[in-house]
Amino acid sequence: MTRNRPTLAGLMAGAAMALVAGAPAFAQEGPIRIGVLEDQSGDFAAATMVKVHAIELAAKEINDAGGIDGRPVELVVYDTQSDNRRYQEFMRRVLQSDKVDVVFAGFSSASREAYRPIVNQFDGLAFYNNQYEGGVCDNNMIVTGAVPEQQFSTLIPWMMEEYGPNVYTLAADYNFGQISAEWVRQIVEENGGTMVGEEFIPLGVSQFGQTIQNIQATEADFVVTLLVGAAQASYYEQASSASVGLPMASSVNVGQGYEHKRFTPPSLANMFVTTNYIEEIDTPASKDFVERFHAMFPDEPYINQEAANSYIAMNLYKQMVERAGTTDHDAIRAVLAEGDVCFDGPSGNVCLDPKSQHMSHTIYLAKVNDDHSISFPKVWEDIKPYWLGEAGCDLTKNDPSAQYTPSSPPPAQ
Amino acid sequence: MALFQSVFAMLYQFGDTFAFLVISCAGLAVIFGMMGVINLAHGEFIMCGAYVTASAARGGLPLPLAILTGALVAGAVGMVVERLVIRHLYQRPLDSIIATWGISLIATQGVLIVLGSTMQGIGTPLGSIDVGGRSYSLYRLVLMACALGLLGGLYLLFYHSRFGVIARATIQKPQMAYALGVNTGRMYGLTFGLGAALAGLAGGLYAPTMTMVPTMGATFIVESFVTVVVGGADIFVGAAPAAAILALIKAGLTAWYGQLFGQIGLLVTVILVIRILPGGLSGWLKGTTR
Repeated sequence: MTRNRPTLAGLMAGAAMALVAGAPAFAQEGPIRIGVLEDQSGDFAAATMVKVHAIELAAKEINDAGGIDGRPVELVVYDTQSDNRRYQEFMRRVLQSDKVDVVFAGFSSASREAYRPIVNQFDGLAFYNNQYEGGVCDNNMIVTGAVPEQQFSTLIPWMMEEYGPNVYTLAADYNFGQISAEWVRQIVEENGGTMVGEEFIPLGVSQFGQTIQNIQATEADFVVTLLVGAAQASYYEQASSASVGLPMASSVNVGQGYEHKRFTPPSLANMFVTTNYIEEIDTPASKDFVERFHAMFPDEPYINQEAANSYIAMNLYKQMVERAGTTDHDAIRAVLAEGDVCFDGPSGNVCLDPKSQHMSHTIYLAKVNDDHSISFPKVWEDIKPYWLGEAGCDLTKNDPSAQYTPSSPPPAQ
Repeated sequence: MALFQSVFAMLYQFGDTFAFLVISCAGLAVIFGMMGVINLAHGEFIMCGAYVTASAARGGLPLPLAILTGALVAGAVGMVVERLVIRHLYQRPLDSIIATWGISLIATQGVLIVLGSTMQGIGTPLGSIDVGGRSYSLYRLVLMACALGLLGGLYLLFYHSRFGVIARATIQKPQMAYALGVNTGRMYGLTFGLGAALAGLAGGLYAPTMTMVPTMGATFIVESFVTVVVGGADIFVGAAPAAAILALIKAGLTAWYGQLFGQIGLLVTVILVIRILPGGLSGWLKGTTR
């Protein structure tokens, strides 16, 4: 009896190898597999559940219309739990064992920097559909979120003109907050203003008594709030109850965490946000998007800019694969390098920039009114993600796979 | 006037931090400090109190009543949890860590699934007052008064009521208390319920000032454990002075160097205290007076 066992095992191993060997040929005909790593629980879930839904909506629409190049889209979704280690774990899993064609991943910049080395290691392709502090120059990444030159070079000069030159920055203490604050500092100086204060808040802090007092002790004309996560969002309620009364400017609020819907008016009154999409935007394309979204997800609390970006990213990926005729990453990048990968979606027309693989945006200045309704005092059309390209990042020529900031730009060629 | 203004500002910040530490650690001081159960679900009892308070307040109940409802519901949930889980683990403190951590995960995820990722807040009442050109939230002053009231109330309960005497006897010498006719099982349940109710009260009191999310309890938990560890087993000789000292350190460092150093100061203090005074402040104070 015992002699039979190795033979049986050998047979099974042989069968398994045959299956593995047959797999690639089969995959070309089979569905296009898209990995989705987003936080569906934990501190960030409030802002990121909707991204998963946006991807599901796009996948359904693409499949209903015949798929990508005739192949259906199949989503491989994991909950990353707002935990950077989960991102690394699941990024390895989707790239190595699920063998997905492309990954849509990440909310916080810390999570993106946690998974990016893994995407590079396995030469994967990842879409990061979040607004962030900018500067990622990496061939394996396509970024559809807005970056500081799009959000701050519009917002800060407008605020300074409207309210005065003295600026106080309140930022979350990790790479996003630190680098965004550096951008604010630079733009304030360029426009002849003064930084009267700057404070970095550790993630998870929810008590702001002292911070509020520090702000009141200065002559600030407005406060730039770059606070992240549910705990830090307690600031608005506390500042409002202490009657700080200063206008606020932000790149993350409203457009991401829909604080104006969650908090009692008027705690967010006089908040100004530059965003590339929110559901209040009053264009036919936006209204149509909101309608289709609610048809599939009737209980969706809010459709934020990241939802629109994720939806746009799915459609951009479809276009690039269809133009390339394959899901091969080099072929997709060759299409991107042609410089005319554009999509006219919920937020208006957007195009991918070949040098940085970032996206141009229509930037809306959203103002939160006293009753927490939204008005749009200004719209900037077709704002390009110019900084990386001007600073010397050119992904069509080389791939440094690095993140740059204004104080540490790409090395001169 | 400038002197008065800065003195008031410092006192306000000190009082604000002190109130936060006392209110958030009171429940833990009873459950962990007195009963010795390392309750990692403390934050979730706080979250439970906050959610119930917010729902009740939006349902039309006046805020003080809503807060009381939050505390009572959290206390009732605490007594159920004690009966089902904690009761079997009094002699196994390490296992109770795992059990309460599990309860905490289930509660956070359960609320996320059932109630969604956020809940609309209820807004801070009472507005603000102006002192020397700066404005301060009036509700935070109420919180300070609540912290003092809470300490006074607990003192009366534990040292001047029959329940307090029996509870302390049950926890210090359970066999003896049992021999004298005390229903020790019921006392344990009531004491744990009291701890949970105090946590719920903390959630209710802070609900109007915070973002309502399932993970909101986590923002209380570090401060509560630090205060109870620094304080030691006794609420009045330990946790109250510990809260005062920690509030001084945290408010001072936050004022001068920002929030990050305030957090670092708290953690460095707890490391030093564990090294130098393993019994906490109360162990040290009682040791010197003995």
